[in-house]
Amino acid sequence: MIRADKLAKIYTNGGVATVALEDVSFTIADGEFVAIMGPSGSGKSTLMHILGALDTPTSGDYLLDGQNVGKMNQDALAEVRNKKIGFIFQAYNLLPRRTAVQNVMLPMAYAGIPKQERRERALKYLTMVGLGDRLDHFSNQLSGGQQQRVAIARGIAMNPSILLADEPTGNIASAQAEEIMTIFKELNTQGHTIVMITHEPDIAQHAQRIIHIKDGRLVA
Amino acid sequence: MSLLELLGEAVGSLTLNKLRTALATLGIIIGTGSVIALISLGQASQKSVAAQIQALGSNLLTVMPGSQTSGGVRGAAGSSTSLTYADAQALLAQAGTGLSHVKSVSAEVNRRAQVVAGRNNTNTQIMGVTPAYADIRKVSVASGVFIAERDVHSMAKVAVLGPTVAADLFGEGVDPVGQSVKVANQSLKVIGVTVAKGGSGFQSPDDMLFVPITTAQKQLFGVDYVSTISIEASSADVMVEAQTEVGYLLLAEHKLTDPAQADFTIMSQQDILGAASQITGTLTALLSGIAAISLVVGGIGIMNIMLVTVTERTREIGLRKALGAKKRVVVWQFLIEAVILTFAGGVLGTLLGAAISYLVSTVASLPFTLSPQSIALALGVSGIIGLVFGWYPAQKAAALQPIEALRYE
Repeated sequence: MIRADKLAKIYTNGGVATVALEDVSFTIADGEFVAIMGPSGSGKSTLMHILGALDTPTSGDYLLDGQNVGKMNQDALAEVRNKKIGFIFQAYNLLPRRTAVQNVMLPMAYAGIPKQERRERALKYLTMVGLGDRLDHFSNQLSGGQQQRVAIARGIAMNPSILLADEPTGNIASAQAEEIMTIFKELNTQGHTIVMITHEPDIAQHAQRIIHIKDGRLVA
Repeated sequence: MSLLELLGEAVGSLTLNKLRTALATLGIIIGTGSVIALISLGQASQKSVAAQIQALGSNLLTVMPGSQTSGGVRGAAGSSTSLTYADAQALLAQAGTGLSHVKSVSAEVNRRAQVVAGRNNTNTQIMGVTPAYADIRKVSVASGVFIAERDVHSMAKVAVLGPTVAADLFGEGVDPVGQSVKVANQSLKVIGVTVAKGGSGFQSPDDMLFVPITTAQKQLFGVDYVSTISIEASSADVMVEAQTEVGYLLLAEHKLTDPAQADFTIMSQQDILGAASQITGTLTALLSGIAAISLVVGGIGIMNIMLVTVTERTREIGLRKALGAKKRVVVWQFLIEAVILTFAGGVLGTLLGAAISYLVSTVASLPFTLSPQSIALALGVSGIIGLVFGWYPAQKAAALQPIEALRYE
């Protein structure tokens, strides 16, 4: 469960303050599939960084499962990212020259899960996203859609509280984008909370609820 | 993530760019290689000098003319004329009785001169000796006989050749006994050739021509002093006692009362050995120090490569942090890479240095030595260089903010 309470992010560069987010409050319940929409420059990336514990808000509170993530130090944030958040990036961000299995195993390695279990779980999730026949392919041997599916498998490997997807279909052909959305909906029905950032209305409509953001503020 | 897994990750990253990894390591290889080679060769030459001096006899005292100074070796010693054959005979007369620790005494006069045989000639050390010389200096003859007592008495015009001299004058494999050689316009009959002792460097016993001491003094050089008196002590344990006895007797002979006025120097093999190994030791330390500088340069090369690597892999580092890598894990990942680079360089450098040292010592006929301490030192230092020069790049990697790093193109 996510609770954002009066989140604000102000960047100061050479004495000039730029407001990226202001007075953003919302709640996302467990098991929801929410899309955050907004034009570029609206602050949706900043919001996504804060929700992903990659950045901390200047003021306001961000509570993830009751923990105030906004007040944590670097190592505690790393722990939150590892255990509670599954990232799916627009550019997939797989490690190059590593196999699909190795990529999915990486967050589990940081969590200290035994190697045998890591491998078993990686196989399970890769099969789930339909890559059971591409397990030992290197990431550069996979198509964009396939790479994104590896990223999804990596995102759910630690069974996180939320799956955070930043323009997940931005680099992918539309036919494959539909497949990704199908996987998201499937994961959602299994109980995963999904927060997806996008600027494409036809992708956003797959979500149960859409949060609009513009000029750093939520649009009612 | 366990250390073993980090090690695997590091090896994986390093093998991605093999040429760069090899070039980065090269500096450390050369640095460690030269340190190992120099230390090893230094120890070899120290050993060789020690062996040469030991081969002359470990219970040998050498009396040289000239006054005593602290520290042992001096240029002036040997150039003075204060020792005489009479001194040697006085010592010999007391050997075993008044001089209870002295076994035998040999007086020598030596000078370099041209030796001619037929159309061949060579410049060599002419050594005027008594029969005792063969005993004390462990010289034996391969053919013929050595200088005998009656040759000394009769100032016989005879010569015993070292194998090198024999080969130079008469050719390899020819027995020159019975032939004659000319030194200082005096014809000498060859009565023997000594056994090759090997060894090179100063005063090789193979490159000498032995004549009776009286012949050398009166017939060849026209002098009445001796260059050195060699004394064999009864055992290596009584060297100090023997040195004291000989010293007091010679002082009395020279009618001196104060040991500070002594016009001669008594040196044991130990003294000579000490001086010689001190010189080679200092040289080795100096050269190794210079070689160690190249190790530091190699370390800077590693740091440079690691910094480039961190910049290149900014996105990767960002991703790893986003997926939950803590600061400590990132630091370790890059530190381990740096240490693997330098340690591998250290291992290869040690092999290279050992190979160089082995080749050089084979060519220069030195004993090949490679002490475990120097290997341990080289490997330890190369590992530490990895830690020191890898530390800053690793900190830089760990300090990267995941968002900045992920955005980096």
